[in-house]
Amino acid sequence: MSQARTQSPPPASAARVDAIAAIMRFSTLGALIALIIFNVFFTNHFLAMQTLDVNLTQVATIVIVGVGMTLVIATGGIDLSVGSLMAISGAIAPIIFLNKVFNIGEVHVAVAVAMIVAVLLAGAFGWFNGWLITRFRIQPIIGTLVLFIAGRGIAQVMTNGNLQPFKLDAFQWIGLGRLFAIQDVYRGLPIQVAIMIVLVIAAAWVLKRSLFGRQILAIGGNERAARLSGVPVAQVKRWVYCISGLCAGLAGLVVIAINSSSDANQVGLGMELDAIAAVAVGGTLLSGGRATITGTLIGALIIQLVRYTMLANGVPDDVAKLAKAGLIVAAVWLQGQGRA
Amino acid sequence: MKKTSFVTFLSSQGVLIALALLILFGWSRYDNFLGLFNITSVLRYNSMFALVSLGMCFVIMTGGIDLSVGATAALGSVVSAILSPHGTLIGTLGGVGAGLIIGLINGFVIVRLRILPFIATLAAMLAANGAALVLAGDQSVSVSYDSGFTDLGQGDFYNIPIPALIAAVLYVVGSVVLNYTSAGRTVLAIGGNEDASRLMGLPVNRVKFLVYVASGCLSGLAGVILASQFGAGQPIEGVGWELAAIASVVVGGTLLTGGLGSVGATLAGVMLLGLIFNVLNFENGMGFISLSAYWQSVIRGVFLLIVVILQSQLMGRAERAEAQ
Repeated sequence: MSQARTQSPPPASAARVDAIAAIMRFSTLGALIALIIFNVFFTNHFLAMQTLDVNLTQVATIVIVGVGMTLVIATGGIDLSVGSLMAISGAIAPIIFLNKVFNIGEVHVAVAVAMIVAVLLAGAFGWFNGWLITRFRIQPIIGTLVLFIAGRGIAQVMTNGNLQPFKLDAFQWIGLGRLFAIQDVYRGLPIQVAIMIVLVIAAAWVLKRSLFGRQILAIGGNERAARLSGVPVAQVKRWVYCISGLCAGLAGLVVIAINSSSDANQVGLGMELDAIAAVAVGGTLLSGGRATITGTLIGALIIQLVRYTMLANGVPDDVAKLAKAGLIVAAVWLQGQGRA
Repeated sequence: MKKTSFVTFLSSQGVLIALALLILFGWSRYDNFLGLFNITSVLRYNSMFALVSLGMCFVIMTGGIDLSVGATAALGSVVSAILSPHGTLIGTLGGVGAGLIIGLINGFVIVRLRILPFIATLAAMLAANGAALVLAGDQSVSVSYDSGFTDLGQGDFYNIPIPALIAAVLYVVGSVVLNYTSAGRTVLAIGGNEDASRLMGLPVNRVKFLVYVASGCLSGLAGVILASQFGAGQPIEGVGWELAAIASVVVGGTLLTGGLGSVGATLAGVMLLGLIFNVLNFENGMGFISLSAYWQSVIRGVFLLIVVILQSQLMGRAERAEAQ
């Protein structure tokens, strides 16, 4: 759906690339379908609403972060700071809505302010990543390493490393609320899953149809050529890292809402790896220039479902990690074969 | 060429100057900063990071990256703790062997399957972490205190901590290999321009493979020291070590694009980042201010920020000078 390329190559190779793209898309989708079929036969109670619910709820934060990560990787970059930005967003929000700094009487106003400030702060840090990378021409892996290290420290300093417990339905709606519930039939769509779906559709549209999306892919395909043809490279990159920060901020809110507490030491820990893995398995080219948002969604679902399948069939979580490692290498290797 | 060596000079001197200033600051401000106890405990604790950073330094000089070092160290600590009742040698060999296996896998996946180092070592990180947890049964594994295994991490040799001695020896070896062997020169050549190195007939694949194997072994050894120093193999230790190591290497002035680097400056980078934590402890001990330990990662991040900005400015200047 959102498989998009930089420019139109000559017809013959276009057909070839499209064929490969189709195979890649088919193979990730095929793997997902195969996993589901396997589970239908071998996992008890797999075809239950609750199974879908559990898996979607668990995968939502990874996909939300993965959307931003896909855009970053599409420009040929990487964002290691997402986990730390989640921690910052998760740390600042309770500080505001628990009225620790200034007293906001009306609870809904406080929650709204907390959410907006938290997400914007994470976005600002993301923009800082982009500024660092474009202004000083620092490799993305190092530019975002700065906030990977310092970001969690900032969150810990803000909360003094303390757990911030809370019980506030108005805020926790973002992690525990549900839409479209039908009495006695359906518990409703979890809010974070709805957010995930909206983000995936919006980002897929942006990447495929908008000028901004075209510019992202052009930069990832050939940065120098993009610059020469008038693409505002630095500006686009800064926005992309900013978007990645915004996504991370949102995911941070979801995580603390689910946990009913914010722990700066834990929120978003290892998220950068999960998000990158989802992007890689989904078929986005890690060197940039070709990206698929739906691929990232499918990649995240595959990783989640592999883990679920193993856990549901009594394989320990530690062993499941080995399988995940093999999965990532196999997916990227297949991608390389497709290009050769 | 001359400009490039000028940049190396400046960036490697930069970390030494910063290190000297920090030591001077600590010496003038705190009573026991240069006391035997403080020096040995700083050296003892940081020798693990020094070993991991040494391997990382070589990997980065080829233009690659190794994200698996922390998890590999954790795996090494678990394996050596399990084997420690059989003696120091067996325990050490076990830990280093575990690192060797991870290094071999990394080398194979990167060189043979031609997968980006970033992704390959990311997967290896997951695998090593999973393997460590499986072997340890999800808990830390106590080492044997009867076999002399703990001396490796806790013992002294004429007042010098044994782990620091091991690290020092390996840094000398690393420096010699880098500067005086053909393999070492090939490392830098690959980082400078991999295609050109290949066309010149340099054994690019073999050297790249060896670099990841060395990094794995050094991480395994760091794990052995971890287990012996703290008396337990710790499957969940080592989180974030890879990034601390990368930061040390970069602070030391090694270019992340490869092709340029110094083993000695990496050691200075490790010491600099380690001493920041030490100074923070002393500062809190004085009681005037109370900075929580959480500030250390903020300060480390700021240090890294300053260094990479300086490095990029210096490189930019050198490039412009070369162009003229």
